[in-house]
Amino acid sequence: MATIDYPLPKLEPFKGQKKIPLEEFFTSGHRTCQGCESALVMKMMAKAAGPRSIILGSTGCMYVANTTYYSTSWVIPWMHTQLGSSGSAALGTAMGLKALMRKGKMKKEPINVIAFCGDGGGADMGLAAISATLTHPDYNLLILMYDNESYANTDIQLSGSTPYGANTTFSPPGTVKRILHHRWKKNMAGMLAAGHPECKYIATVDMSYGLQAMNCVRKALSIGGPTFIHSLDPCPKGWDYDPMISHELGELAVTTGVWPLYEIENGVLKLYGKTKEIAEGRYKRLPVRDYLLRQGRFAHFIEEDFDYFQNKIDQMWQKWLIPGVIPFRREIDQ
Amino acid sequence: MTPTAVAEAPKGTEKTALITGSEAIAVACKLADVDVITGYPIRPYDTVIQYIAQLISNGEMDCEYVVAEGEHSQFEIVKHASTVGARVFCGSSGVGWMYAFECLTVTPALRVPMVVMVGNRALDDPGAFGVEHNDALAVRDLGWQLVWVDNAQEALDTALIAYRVAEDRRIFLPCAISCDGAFLTHSQALVKIPAQEKVNAFLPRYDRGDLLLHPDNPITVAPQANEDWLMEIRRQTAAAMDRSMGVIREAYKDYERIIGRGYGNPFFEEYMTDDADVVLVGMGTLSTPCKVAIRKMRQEGKKVGLVRVRWFRPFAAEELAQCLSRFKAVGVIDRDFSLGSPYSSGVLATEVRAALYASAKRPPLVGFICGLGGREVLVPDVEKITGIVYDAAAGKPQPLTHWIGVRE
Repeated sequence: MATIDYPLPKLEPFKGQKKIPLEEFFTSGHRTCQGCESALVMKMMAKAAGPRSIILGSTGCMYVANTTYYSTSWVIPWMHTQLGSSGSAALGTAMGLKALMRKGKMKKEPINVIAFCGDGGGADMGLAAISATLTHPDYNLLILMYDNESYANTDIQLSGSTPYGANTTFSPPGTVKRILHHRWKKNMAGMLAAGHPECKYIATVDMSYGLQAMNCVRKALSIGGPTFIHSLDPCPKGWDYDPMISHELGELAVTTGVWPLYEIENGVLKLYGKTKEIAEGRYKRLPVRDYLLRQGRFAHFIEEDFDYFQNKIDQMWQKWLIPGVIPFRREIDQ
Repeated sequence: MTPTAVAEAPKGTEKTALITGSEAIAVACKLADVDVITGYPIRPYDTVIQYIAQLISNGEMDCEYVVAEGEHSQFEIVKHASTVGARVFCGSSGVGWMYAFECLTVTPALRVPMVVMVGNRALDDPGAFGVEHNDALAVRDLGWQLVWVDNAQEALDTALIAYRVAEDRRIFLPCAISCDGAFLTHSQALVKIPAQEKVNAFLPRYDRGDLLLHPDNPITVAPQANEDWLMEIRRQTAAAMDRSMGVIREAYKDYERIIGRGYGNPFFEEYMTDDADVVLVGMGTLSTPCKVAIRKMRQEGKKVGLVRVRWFRPFAAEELAQCLSRFKAVGVIDRDFSLGSPYSSGVLATEVRAALYASAKRPPLVGFICGLGGREVLVPDVEKITGIVYDAAAGKPQPLTHWIGVRE
C-alpha cells in the first residue's frame, strides 16, 4: 500500500479571479516571444503552487527562454533537467525530500514538486519516464506538459503532439507533397489516465481559462501521489499568427471541440467549461475551420484537408467510447 | 565539507564476512546510510541492487528505493535527489551505462556527488556478459572520478572513501567504482566490515550548503549559458578535478587512521617493483594472474614487477611517470580498446604514454590488449607479455601494440 508519510499542502481552489494573490514567483528576466502562452502557464503554475515549491524544467522553450544565466525569471527554486527527464526529475526530487524528512535530516513540511516539459520532452522523449513516475504512489509530485505542438525552441520541428498536416520545418508543404506530416496528435492525457489506474489526478487545461487551470494545478498538488496536467498553449512563432490572438486561439481550440477540457480525479472523469456544455448539448461546436484558418501553419490546407480534420474531430465527439478521452469503441455498440 | 579531524578513532568491532565484490559495495551503502537508491537490471552490476533490495526488505537499511524504467531515468532520479541533499547510489554495466550517457555528462557539470558502481562489461554487439573496461572509460573526459578495485575488501573500503571524496565541498564531483564483471562482482572473499561508529567518524553527513535546492534557498540551477560564461563554468569543474588528488590522499589517510586499514599510495599499487627491471601496468582483477605469473617468473630469475592503477581519474601522471621511469621497459595491459588511437593502443596505454612524455627519462612502452569480453588472462599470457617487454628493454624493434590470447 502506498504511504505518503510527509505532509501534503492544503491548497484550496481560488474562488474567483479577484482572490488570486498578486505575488509573482515567475517574474521578469525571461525572453519568451510576444504572445507566448507557455510563459503564461509558467506564471500561473508558479502562482498556484506558491513559494514552498521546487520547479524542475526539462529542456525546451521554457528552459532556454526563461533561464538565461544571470537573469533567471524564477523566484522559487528551479533546476534544469534533461529533455526526456521531467518524470525522473520530479521523482528524484520527491524521493530525496521524502528520505531526508522521514530520516529526520530535513524539517518535515509540505514542499510542492513540479516538473514541466514541452510536448517534445513529454509526449515524445520523456513518455517512458512520465509513465514510470505515475506508477509510484509514494511520492507527491506534479508533471505539467506545456504543449505548443512542436519543438518550438529548436526551430519548429514536428513532434508527436503536432496536429495533422501542420507546416513545420521538418514537414514543409512542397510541390509534390502538400501534407508531409500525416500523423494524428497523441492523446496524451487520456493515454496516461487509461494506463495508470492508480494515478489520482490527470487534467487538461488551457490558459485562456486561467482560473480553472490554476485550480487544476492546486488540486494536482494537494491530492497526493504523482499527477499529470496537459496544457495546450498557442504559440505565435510555431503556429504562425499575430501574437494578439493567442487567447482567442486558446478559446477556439476548446469551442471547436479540438481541445477537450477535463479532469480525472480519483478515477472519475469530469468535463468542465465549454467542453462540458458541448457534451451536454448546450453549446454547438464551431467548425474547426474557424480555428485552423487563423493559423499560418495550415495555410496550405485545401478543402479536403479541412474536411479530413473536421471529420476526425467529429469522430472524437461521436464515436469515441468517452468523447475526447478514450478513442476506441466496444464491439457490442457497433 | 572539510574532513573532520578526530583526535581519537572511536572504538567498535570489525566483523568478517564471506561476500562478493557487489555485496561488499551494498554493505558500504548501508554503512554510509545512503538515502536514495535506484536500480535497473543489467548483468553483472545488478547483483549490488539485489543485495541492497534484500537489506531494505529485511529492515537493515533505510532509504527510498525505486526500480527505474531504464538507466537514463535511473541516473536522473538520483541526480535530482542529490540536489535536494540526499546521499545517493546507483550503478550499471556495459550498454546500460551507455544508455544513461546523457545523464553521465550532466552529473559532473552540475557538481552532483553521485557515487555509483560500474560492473565492467563488454559493450554490445555481440552481447557479451564478460568484463571490458570500455564502458566506464567512456566518461573519462567528463569530470567523473574513476577508480578500479581488484578485490571485495578494496571495493567496500573504496566505496566509503568515494563518498567522502565526492561529497567534499571542494570537489562535488561524481565517482564511479569499477568492479570487473564476474571476476569481482560475483567472486566471494573474506571481507572485514568496519564498525558503524567508525564509519560515522570517517564519513561526515552530506551537506550541499549554498547549492541546496530548497524553498529556503531559492536558487536557479543550471540556467542556460553560452560562450559568454561556459568556459568559466567548465574551468571551475576542471579546478575541482584538480583538487581531487589532494582530497583523495587526505581521505585514505583518515581511513587508515579511523578504520585501521591503509592502502599506501592511493593512486596505484606497486607489487615487487623495488628491484624490478621491467614492470607491467594494468587495472582491476588483471592483477591476480599478473601477480601469480610474477612470482613464478621471479623464481626463474626474471625481475618483473606490477603497477596496478587504482584511480584513473584523477590520473596521477607525475607520480606514475616518476615511478615508471625507474624501469628498463614498461608493458601496459589494457582490458579495453581505443580503435584508431595512437599506435592502436588501449586507453590506459595511451594515457601512460602521455604521462611519461613530460618525463626526462622515458622507458620503452609496449601496449597489450587482452582479456576482452571476459576472456581469462592466464599465467602463460602474462609470461608472453613479459617476454615482449624484455625484448623492448633490449631495444628490439617491434610493434607498439600486441593483442594477446586472440586467435589469428
